[in-house]
Amino acid sequence: MVQLTLPKNSKIRTGKTWPKPEGATNVRKFSIYRWNPDDGDNPRVDTYFIDMDKCGPMVLDALIKIKNEIDPTLTFRRSCREGICGSCAMNIDGINTLACIYGLDEIEGEVKIYPLPHMPVVKDLIPDLTHFYAQHASIMPWLETKTNRPAKEWKQSIEDRKKLDGLYECVMCASCSTACPSYWWNGDRYLGPAALLHAYRWIIDSRDEATGERLDQLEDPFKLYRCHTIMNCTKTCPKGLNPAKAIAEIKKMMVERRI
Amino acid sequence: MADVNRGNRPLSPHLQVYRPQLTSITSILTRITGNALIVAALMIVWWLIAAATGPEAFAVADGFVTSWFGDLVMLLSVWALWYHTLAGVRHLIWDNAKMLEIDNAETLGWIVVIGSFVLTVLTVVVVW
Repeated sequence: MVQLTLPKNSKIRTGKTWPKPEGATNVRKFSIYRWNPDDGDNPRVDTYFIDMDKCGPMVLDALIKIKNEIDPTLTFRRSCREGICGSCAMNIDGINTLACIYGLDEIEGEVKIYPLPHMPVVKDLIPDLTHFYAQHASIMPWLETKTNRPAKEWKQSIEDRKKLDGLYECVMCASCSTACPSYWWNGDRYLGPAALLHAYRWIIDSRDEATGERLDQLEDPFKLYRCHTIMNCTKTCPKGLNPAKAIAEIKKMMVERRI
Repeated sequence: MADVNRGNRPLSPHLQVYRPQLTSITSILTRITGNALIVAALMIVWWLIAAATGPEAFAVADGFVTSWFGDLVMLLSVWALWYHTLAGVRHLIWDNAKMLEIDNAETLGWIVVIGSFVLTVLTVVVVW
């Protein structure tokens, strides 16, 4: 359901302004979404100031610096710091991306950081991704075969392997799905760009023998067809992948198998 | 630690914080123009029914349709019709899984936006 405004308990209030670093000349302002499950208050936006001469180049460096030196209660997910784990996905400067590979020099002025949009918040910048992962699991993200297992590996031609490029690189960070207005309004039933990109990755795998079943499963007014080619997914993907194209290819296969 | 406040989790901001994109704006405009055109269609239907009803009824409807407000609705509808048509053509291209790379999609977006204005001006010049 389309709901343009935030529910009452989600309305954002002005939060605390933390003191500026002393003696710093190159100071930058950071506005960061905060919500603490323990105090029962509404979410707020806190303001921090960082000495940029003593900060690494990426948004994640700034977040870690705040947590280490200013406010240890600031909570966020991070792990690999090189764009391969997908943990630090968040809304930075109005788009979804990975904090670890998004440069502070790519942002003009104040740095605004929110959790991934339209998700239940666990704490601060951490969204609850339970439903997102369940949707991924629902598309059977594994090789389904019917013929007998070969003596060695399931072989694939170089051309067929190339079809997986641009698909297998997805790190399931949820940036695309949570950038999608269709997923915002119908995320309970629409699978969203990430799960659909993975669905396509298995549909076109030459070794997979459940293509028909996979397409049958997606033949649904909501699961697949809530995609209206808004393209926020492709525009925001921190790995430069194209979920919108993958979804269009699935829709095309749906039509082609009927004629 | 126990999940202490699961029931009362806030919803993270969405429209409030997400930066509008060329592709998202042109997408929602497709829907808005499509719906808005119903207004113009109803107006024309009213005009036609009035014409079939009699001279008095037609005088009222024609007075409204040719008033400055009627002209404004028609002008906006001409733009909406061109915009919606061009956006529809863009969807036909996308339905073939073509031009879906961001740079191509944005080029199509600008063609739809600029094209709709140019065609509206041309239509007005020709029809006036």
